[in-house]
Amino acid sequence: MAIVTVNNVSRIYHQGKTEFKALDDVSLTINKGEFTALAGPSGSGKTTLLNLIGGIDTADKGTILLDGQDLSSLKKGELADLRLQDIGFVFQSFNLIPVLTAAENVEYILRLQKIPSSIRRQKVKAILADVGLADKADQRPSELSGGQQQRIAVARAVVASPAIVLADEPTANLDSVTGQKLLDLMQQMNTDKQVTFVFATHDKMVMDYARRVITLKDGRIADDIRK
Amino acid sequence: MYIILAWRNLWRNRRRTLIILTAVIIGISSMIVMAAFSRGTVQGMVSNSINNLVGHIKIEHQQHPADPAIEHRIITPEKLLRQITAMLPPGSRVVQRIRADAMLSTSREHVGLVLVGIDPDLEQGVSFIGRPPAQGTLFGNQNQGGIIVGRSLLKKINGKLGQKVVITCQGADGTNIAKAFRIQGVFATELESTERAFAFVQLHTMQQMLGVGNDITEIAIQLPDNNGNPPVDLAATTAFLQANVSDKQLLARNWRQMLPAISSYLEMFDGFMLIWYLIVFLAMAFGLVNTMLMAVYERMREFGLLQALGMRPGCIIKMVMSELLLLLTFGCSISSVAAFITVHFFFSSGIDLAIFAEGAEFWGISRIIYPLLTSWDIIAANSVVLLLGMFTGLYPALRATKFSPVQTMRHV
Ligand SMILES: Nc1ncnc2c1ncn2[C@@H]1O[C@H](COP(=O)(O)OP(=O)(O)OP(=O)(O)O)[C@@H](O)[C@H]1O
Ligand SMILES: [Mg+2]
Repeated sequence: MAIVTVNNVSRIYHQGKTEFKALDDVSLTINKGEFTALAGPSGSGKTTLLNLIGGIDTADKGTILLDGQDLSSLKKGELADLRLQDIGFVFQSFNLIPVLTAAENVEYILRLQKIPSSIRRQKVKAILADVGLADKADQRPSELSGGQQQRIAVARAVVASPAIVLADEPTANLDSVTGQKLLDLMQQMNTDKQVTFVFATHDKMVMDYARRVITLKDGRIADDIRK
Repeated sequence: MYIILAWRNLWRNRRRTLIILTAVIIGISSMIVMAAFSRGTVQGMVSNSINNLVGHIKIEHQQHPADPAIEHRIITPEKLLRQITAMLPPGSRVVQRIRADAMLSTSREHVGLVLVGIDPDLEQGVSFIGRPPAQGTLFGNQNQGGIIVGRSLLKKINGKLGQKVVITCQGADGTNIAKAFRIQGVFATELESTERAFAFVQLHTMQQMLGVGNDITEIAIQLPDNNGNPPVDLAATTAFLQANVSDKQLLARNWRQMLPAISSYLEMFDGFMLIWYLIVFLAMAFGLVNTMLMAVYERMREFGLLQALGMRPGCIIKMVMSELLLLLTFGCSISSVAAFITVHFFFSSGIDLAIFAEGAEFWGISRIIYPLLTSWDIIAANSVVLLLGMFTGLYPALRATKFSPVQTMRHV
C-alpha cells in the first residue's frame, strides 16, 4: 500500500535570472513499512525531496500524495496538523528544544496532539526505554551527547506512531558505532512496529541497512534498487 | 505548558530578561509614583481650597460674592439654619460665619485683612480654623476680646501672643468702628497667603461690634466624609438647597462652582495621567519590541523546528505572547508593590516643598505634598502596560511564525 506518491515533481530555485532545478520531474512511490534510503551526491536534491514529502516545502510542479492526501490542496494550518499526526521528523542536527528535558521533548508532540497526560507519560517512558535512554529522561539536550540527542529525536519521531518517519542525515554527526546503534534502533522499530522510514543520506552504512536505495543525481532519479 | 516553556525561555538569557524587567519595573513604578505625586498635589490644592473657609457648599446673599459688603448679609438666620440642617444628609456639618473687610493696627503697622467671626466649636472638621492653633488657644465663649491671627501675619507685624491690636471696620450703619483685641492664638495653614488674609474673632463679638444682631454673611456646609473621596451627591444637594433658598435672595454654591479652575483641572486629571502613562509606555515599548525581536531571531531555528514538527502558527504566537505576558505580569506586580512601598514608607510623611513654596503658592499648592496612591492609577498604569505591551508584542510574535522550517534548518 502506497503511503507516499510523488508524481512528476519539480522544485525550482531562482537565482537571479537563472533557474535551478533542484528536483526535475521526479516520480516515485513509497509503500507502508518500507525502509528506504535516498542516496546521491551532495546537491543532488535529497533534502529537497524529503522536505517536499514532509510538507515543509512546496513543489513547483507535480503532486505529492501523503496517505492519499494531496499536499498542495492543504492550507498552512492543515499541513501543520498533517505533519503533527502523520509524520515524524529526524533532522541532521538541532532536533530538540533546548529548554525542555529529553522526556519533555518527546512528550511535546503528544501534548500538541492533545493526548491525556497519563497515556503520554506511559508512552514516553516506554519509548525512552526503547532507545535506551530511560535514565536520561530529565536531562536537557545540552547535557546529552550528539548520539543521545539523535536517539531522543528518533524517540520523538516515532512516539506518536506516525505513518512515516523522514530522517535527513540522521547519522551525519555521529561516529560509526553510535550511528550503527541508531540504525539498529530504527530497523527494530521498522520490523516491530511497521514504521515506514525514509532517509536522506551520504552514509554507506545507512544504505547497507536500507532495503531500498533510491539514488538521485542532478535532481533526477538515477537508480532505484530494492534488496 | 505554554507557561512552563515561557518561564524557561525567559530565564535562558537571564541578563537580558533582567534588564528588560528592570526597565519595565522602573517604567511602571515611575508612572504610578508620579501619578501619586500629581494626585497628592491636586488633592492638596482641593482640600486647601475647601478648608479655606469655602466648605463643600456655601450659602450667602446673592450679591455678596460680587460685593462683600455688610449690607449683603443673611438676616436672622436661625430658622434658615434649622431648615438647611434638616435638608442635608445625616452627618453633615453646618457653620455660620460673618466676615468683613477690616484693618488690623499695632502701634507701628497697619494691615488690611478679612475679619471673620466664627463659632470655634462648630468649625472643627470644617475649616482650618477648627484645628488646634499653632500657638496659644482657640477662644472659648468666655473670652470675648480674643483674636486669632496667622503665623505669617504675626511675623509681619512683629507681634507676639498677648499683644493688643486694634481692629477698624465699618459697621452696619456705615460708621467706622474701632475695637481692641488681644492676640490669643496663632493659626498656621498650608498657604502663607491664607495666614495673612484672615483673622478670627468670636461670632457674637463681631455681630455686636458691627451692630447686626444675629445676622451672618455665610453658611458653610461640610458634607459627610466619603472615604476621602469627594461627596457623591454634591451637585444634587447644591441644586436642592438653591431651589429652597432662592426666594430669600440667597445663593447656594458648591466648591466646584466657586473654584471652577481647580474643578475643571480635576476633571481633566485622569486624562493627563493617561497621557503620561502613554508617554512612559512608548519609551518602554521600543525596548520591549527590540528585546523580543532579538529573542525571537535568536531562536528562529527553534521556531522552524516547532513548525516542522506540526505546531500551528497560532500556537507559536501564543508561545511568544505567553513569554511576554509572563514578563509583563511579573513587571507589573513588582512595580505596583514597589510604588506602594515608595509612597507609603518613604514618603508617608509627605514631601516638603518649603524651598519652592513661594512660587508654588500661587497655584494653591501646599508646602507639604502627601502623595496619593489611588487604585485607579495603579490599575490604569498596569492596564496600559499590559494591554499595549501585549499589542506591541504581536509584531515579534508574528515574525516568529514567518520563519520557514526549510530556510532556518538549512543553516547548520
Ligand atoms: N533555498 C535554496 N535556494 C537556492 N538553492 C537551493 C536552496 N535549497 C537548495 N538549493 C539547491 O538545490 C540543490 C539541492 O539541494 P539539496 O539540499 O536538496 O541537496 P542534498 O542532496 O540534500 O545535498 P547534501 O547531500 O549536501 O545535503 C542544491 O544544488 C542546492 O544548492
Ligand atoms: Mg541534504
